[in-house]
Amino acid sequence: MVSKVTIDENRCKGCGLCVRACPKKIMQLSKTKLNEKGYHPAEVIDQGACIACASCARTCPDAVITVEKE
Amino acid sequence: MAKILMKGSEAIPEAAIQAGCRFFFGYPITPQNDIPEYMSARLPKIGGCFLQAESEVAAINMVYGAAAAGARVMTSSSSPGVSLKQEGISYIAGAELPCVICNMMRGGPGLGSIQPSQGDYFQATKGGGHGDYHLIVLAPSSVQEAVDLMHNAFDLADIYRTPVMLLADGIIGQMMEPVEFHEHEQRKLPDKPWAVTGWKGDRPRSVVNSLYIEVDELQEMNDRLQARYKEIQEKEVMVELYKTEGAEVIICAYGTVARICKAAIALCEEKGVKVGLVRPITLWPFPEKELKEVMAQESVKRELTVEISAGQMHEDVRLALNGMKPADFYGKPGSYTPTAEEIAEYILKTREA
Amino acid sequence: MTTVFKKTPVLTDTVMHYCPGCGHGIVHRLVAEVIEELGIQDRTIGFVPVGCAVFGYKYFAVDCVEAAHGRAPAAATGCKRVNPNNVVFTYQGDGDLASIGAAEIVHAAHRGEKITTIFINNAIYGMTGGQMAPTTLVGQKTTTSPYGRDPEHCGKPLRVAEMIATIEGAAYVERVSVDSVPNIIKAKAAIKKAFQCQLDGKGFALVEVLSSCPTNWGKSPAEAMDWIKSDMIPYYPLGVKKDRTNE
Repeated sequence: MVSKVTIDENRCKGCGLCVRACPKKIMQLSKTKLNEKGYHPAEVIDQGACIACASCARTCPDAVITVEKE
Repeated sequence: MAKILMKGSEAIPEAAIQAGCRFFFGYPITPQNDIPEYMSARLPKIGGCFLQAESEVAAINMVYGAAAAGARVMTSSSSPGVSLKQEGISYIAGAELPCVICNMMRGGPGLGSIQPSQGDYFQATKGGGHGDYHLIVLAPSSVQEAVDLMHNAFDLADIYRTPVMLLADGIIGQMMEPVEFHEHEQRKLPDKPWAVTGWKGDRPRSVVNSLYIEVDELQEMNDRLQARYKEIQEKEVMVELYKTEGAEVIICAYGTVARICKAAIALCEEKGVKVGLVRPITLWPFPEKELKEVMAQESVKRELTVEISAGQMHEDVRLALNGMKPADFYGKPGSYTPTAEEIAEYILKTREA
Repeated sequence: MTTVFKKTPVLTDTVMHYCPGCGHGIVHRLVAEVIEELGIQDRTIGFVPVGCAVFGYKYFAVDCVEAAHGRAPAAATGCKRVNPNNVVFTYQGDGDLASIGAAEIVHAAHRGEKITTIFINNAIYGMTGGQMAPTTLVGQKTTTSPYGRDPEHCGKPLRVAEMIATIEGAAYVERVSVDSVPNIIKAKAAIKKAFQCQLDGKGFALVEVLSSCPTNWGKSPAEAMDWIKSDMIPYYPLGVKKDRTNE
């Protein structure tokens, strides 16, 4: 399945609830990036493994995640 | 229209209905229960809504919600109940909503009595709740005037987006007098684009709110309120001047007490002493200028405030006069209503002293 | 590409002020999604509380009223009585609803007021800095129960959903949680039902949402969600407490 997870990085508060929710364990808080607010934003480390379940988006308190699929 | 005999607490709600009020939220307390009772019978018949709230606190917040929705809405209560409403009144003032609140004053403090009083003058005219705000305060001295003032009350509330209080003593509420409901000149009223009615995208989203967390924003809101209060002070003062020309003594009194003072004035006249009356109809804005003009007459030797309080309005009188002439006070706090005879006697006695 | 999930337009683009991992953001989104799905954005009025959700009017893209502390159900009543065709909801926390506003919520339910209440139970006062709430668990440390809530001293936590369910005028009451994705999906279904209850004129509806306050609980966002499951749900059992929507 081709899927695409887009994270509005500058609105992400780095809470990590998406990381906790992801059943495929393909999300993490960036170890290198800092966003405008000074948080380490969430990122997808293996887009190919994504099943577009949108668990990350459904648990995100800041509604910063968009999920699309082919 | 012919005059009919009506009790104040029934004439007031009828006048409110005729002024377009269709929503009433209240809680029972003596001596104003006839107002909610009247509304509970009338409003459902004319497409309005009467609701007995679980408390005065809830009632005033229902008023807040109904006013936010753009309705002409009122509540009524008596002193201890009005104390409970103060939180909500402050929010209504802060959110710049129109509404009418009727207070049939009874004796206090605390549970006090159920007899008439004027002990809520401070609470009514100085804001009453937290923050820098004022209500427009209207003080009728007859049932007819209460009826007439209800129209003003709703118009003023809408025009200035402010809570308006009809401040009457229990006597006005309980007394029966002939009244006439006549046509009133309708002032031009502003639209209410700020009301919450559902956002369809054809106007900015309506948010009714009194929270301004930034210092500058709160300042802006307060500046707006103060500018409005200044305009009200300039344009909306109402006062009755009774036999003030050439008087030696000027009484300042409002409500029922002012009527008793008129009888006292007649008694003094019999003794050859000219006494006049300045009767504020708007307690806020207080008729400062008008009182000063009357007092400036050469004939006037002194002022006497008469109230059923420890001298609450008297403070505003003294502020207005600022020492220009002697200002005396006659009255008692609680529920003691003075007689015309004793007021006249006091005037004559202090004249000789 | 087809969109599986994106932010609902019933949430504004304003960045929410909530702390990272706060459950409020999730519940805001669920409420907004429900409003979008029911097609009622143009006639919904939101009444927001005093507490952490005090700025709710910045986030819900509907007409909003900021109510005094605990008074949202009364204010919402006034609005609904004026315009019965509006869909009126209150969004309240546990200090607001279960403490200072206990009378207002009980009587809104008692009258069968046709409004919808979303009640956030995070077992603490968030906005004021982590004081004890009526919903604070026994033994839970807060800034005003520094030795842990002692039931001998201040009673046991109040179960609001169960209490409201006893009131005749309440048509639908459910307790949900946002601690996990499955529970979030159930929470949304409950919120939708609570709005539908109002649309159908059935009476008062309340959804109690167990939510997290990582900052004042002194936990990470993930730990806070785990704590809902381990500590809150056992005391506050999830599920429908009352449902008269089919009557």
